[in-house]
Amino acid sequence: MLDQAYSRRQFLGLAGGLASIVGLGLVGCGGSNAANTAAEGSAAAAESVSGEVTYDGASSFQALVETAAEKFMDANPDVSVSGSGNGSGKGLTAVAAGTVTIGNSDVFAETKLEADQVKNLVDHEVAVVGMGPVVSKNVNVDDLSLEQLKGIFSGQITNWKEVGGDDAKIVVLNRKAGSGTRATFEAAVFGDEAVDFKGDAELDKSGDVQTQMGSTDNAISYLDFSHFDDSKFNAIKVEGVEPKSANVTDDSFKIWATEHMYCSKDADEATKAFLEFMLSDDVQGKLVEEQGFIPVSAMKVVKDASGKVSAK
Amino acid sequence: MASTRIHIDEARLGRVQRQDRIATGVLTAIVAIVMLIVVSMVAYILFEGISTLFQPGFLTQPARANGTQGGVLYQLFDSFYLLLITLIISVPISLGGAVFLVEYAPDGPIRDIASTAIETLSSLPSIVVGMFGFLVFSVQLGWKYSIISGAVALTMFNIPILVRVIQQALEDVPQAQRDACLAMGLTRWEATLHILIPEAMPAIVTGIVLSAGRVFGEAAALLFTSGMSSPVRLNFLSFNLSSPTCAWNVFRPGESLAVHIYKIYGEGSPEAQQIVWGTAALLMICVLLFNVVARIVGKQLARRMTAE
Amino acid sequence: MAKQLPKRDLENVGLGVTGACVALVTLVVAALIFMVAQKGLSAFFKDGVSIVEFFTGTKWDLANTAENGLPYTGALPLIVTSFAVMVLSTLIALPIAIGSAIFAVEIQPKFGSKVFQPLIELLTGIPSVVFGLIGFHVVVGLMKSVFHVSTGLGILPGAIVLAVMILPTMTTLSVDGLRAVPDSYRQGSLALGYTRWQTIWHVVLKSAMPSLMTAVILGMTRAFGETLAVRMVIGGIEAMPTSLLSPASTITTTLTTSMAVYAEGSAQDDVLWALGLLLMGMSLIFILIIHLIGRKGAKARG
Repeated sequence: MLDQAYSRRQFLGLAGGLASIVGLGLVGCGGSNAANTAAEGSAAAAESVSGEVTYDGASSFQALVETAAEKFMDANPDVSVSGSGNGSGKGLTAVAAGTVTIGNSDVFAETKLEADQVKNLVDHEVAVVGMGPVVSKNVNVDDLSLEQLKGIFSGQITNWKEVGGDDAKIVVLNRKAGSGTRATFEAAVFGDEAVDFKGDAELDKSGDVQTQMGSTDNAISYLDFSHFDDSKFNAIKVEGVEPKSANVTDDSFKIWATEHMYCSKDADEATKAFLEFMLSDDVQGKLVEEQGFIPVSAMKVVKDASGKVSAK
Repeated sequence: MASTRIHIDEARLGRVQRQDRIATGVLTAIVAIVMLIVVSMVAYILFEGISTLFQPGFLTQPARANGTQGGVLYQLFDSFYLLLITLIISVPISLGGAVFLVEYAPDGPIRDIASTAIETLSSLPSIVVGMFGFLVFSVQLGWKYSIISGAVALTMFNIPILVRVIQQALEDVPQAQRDACLAMGLTRWEATLHILIPEAMPAIVTGIVLSAGRVFGEAAALLFTSGMSSPVRLNFLSFNLSSPTCAWNVFRPGESLAVHIYKIYGEGSPEAQQIVWGTAALLMICVLLFNVVARIVGKQLARRMTAE
Repeated sequence: MAKQLPKRDLENVGLGVTGACVALVTLVVAALIFMVAQKGLSAFFKDGVSIVEFFTGTKWDLANTAENGLPYTGALPLIVTSFAVMVLSTLIALPIAIGSAIFAVEIQPKFGSKVFQPLIELLTGIPSVVFGLIGFHVVVGLMKSVFHVSTGLGILPGAIVLAVMILPTMTTLSVDGLRAVPDSYRQGSLALGYTRWQTIWHVVLKSAMPSLMTAVILGMTRAFGETLAVRMVIGGIEAMPTSLLSPASTITTTLTTSMAVYAEGSAQDDVLWALGLLLMGMSLIFILIIHLIGRKGAKARG
């Protein structure tokens, strides 16, 4: 049985290759042959998965996914895992449209997609991350209340002296509208209120925020904990609570998000295997914390799609 | 006007000559500034990037940590592979199109429509071509983010350039040659195939290589078609074209050097910045090489043909 | 083999093969225009976005929805920024391009064709992301230190980067235009006692005017459609720019960052296609202008 499956896979691979060579393969996706056959054989041999896994989405936990992917590919040399971090919005849209197999998101798919699209997606909660405001090195404010953050990010508070700092204009560095970090931050600070203040720049990625924060004076922005960098900017307290993972687990630090990895219901075997690996002890036990995230199991509270927090 | 006066005013003459000197001075200054900008730009990129370029591993290792560590081996390969596939598709089509327009098209509506279409394509912003490619190839045809989607988008970008170059080259072949061929009883097709195209070859090759330089540096049309990432691992020795790790699989996602720069230019770590500049230097050197190669090949071919 | 075919069939094969190539290209262009138009127009006709609102509204916010259930789709800030960046970059590049073209053709022709032109063509080859990278590191830093602004991002750095990018296009075409002016014009003018400068100003530039205008329009076309280099230095805020150094966003940069964020077929996605349609419409208008100039020039020359 196994032998048969194996030879059939070889045959299909060869046929697929030939088809591609003569250009007939243009219509089908090249990766699908290998993946489909792998689906037949994988029940017997879990290690020998093959196929292509692609992801797009949140840049906040892309590093975690990438590090996990490295390990996964060490164990499964026939699988290729690759992708980029263009924001949660792009990730969710792409997985719903089928241009990638996994959509990474800081927010629930319900908040970005139509209900009938969400129906076809499977959620995997892989980690929790805290997000907090960061300010330039020259700003001597180290604690802001949610009310003050609201004032700053809605454009009502424009000078640092209004929140106890020096007399200088506040430079607000925002993320683009598709960003899950922005969505999480605004949900925690503004609740259901619509925000139409845009700030002094809208940046594409968490890395861009790091760079701009490092080179701009009097600026404020927000980042997930794993992107904090004390050499370039300061992470500040919110309502007197330190931005630390321990404070997130009991919801005393209010700005946090669950990191979701969505795949479609009929995802191929390689994608499923990779997502299983993300939820396995290899990743959850060690890697998640190494990369600056909080394992879902460590959380004492849960947040639902509407943003409501309840005890586990 | 001064020319209507016969009497020449000394003071006026002096002023006019002074005007001439000032104008010349200003123009010289402008040219000096332009040359300074060009030279300093190139020098700046090379200065910032050259040390990374020669770092061990930069050209031979794949990127790690979303491109902020490691090298650019796959990006370099993907750039050339995208270019190769683009040329494979666009050169025959452009050649056919140009031959039709120069040799066959009767002056009339067909020629006008086709020229307008090609001109329209050439003036379209590359982001629009990218959007179209994303919708049609990546989403509707289901090619997802793949080398082939990117190459087809680049083809649309490349065809107008190539058609114009080849058209020009064919038109530069003296009319007498055509007349001679036809007088000898050759069909237009034979004349084109055996006489006109070989005759125009140096100019055509130069044009193709020059256009290759532009394709090589294009990024906006690729963002949504070939994607912003390359597989983490590629196997160059595998020729199983359906395997996602096979480097030659046209259905895998790919990332060109230019897209790579756009992806990581904002990343803050010093190492990422080094990679950005190294990539920019690499990209620029490749493009300059295309320019030099185009000139040399064109000259060589022309010399060989005239020597015959 | 081909030789066995009768001549007439052979001729038909040639006509068929090359004709097919042309037909393919024409079809693809037609499909492109049709699709962009269809997707773009569906924002207005299917989703009910108001055309007036699109062209005159000043609030662009796809993430939030107004009372009528549609996102805020006032594209005027993007249109204004696109035009501001285009006009400003042309104003910077134009005198430099024409000045250096005059130098390269009229004053030092040998230096012009042997040194200056190859150097300028080198600039054409540099990819736009590299221009953007230099803009991001050099021009933005310069803005910060010269004007003492917080981020240094905005329309002005965008226009400066674009000016350098369109300079080669404009210069090369201007050089060609000036070279095409017959020498007899110059000799006639000099013989009448004009100085070299007067000759250039009154005779050469005047008769090369149509080609110079074409050069300018082509430069503007490129500036209008350029995407990534501008994205890297403009700040990306979709709001009406208040100054040359306030962050803004052009049509193209909005497309780069918002495209593929919203599901296909949603009002947000369709509005983005409407922006694409606007870009396409502008480039068609530019082509039209170039044709009109060409025709007028041909008529003037008789």
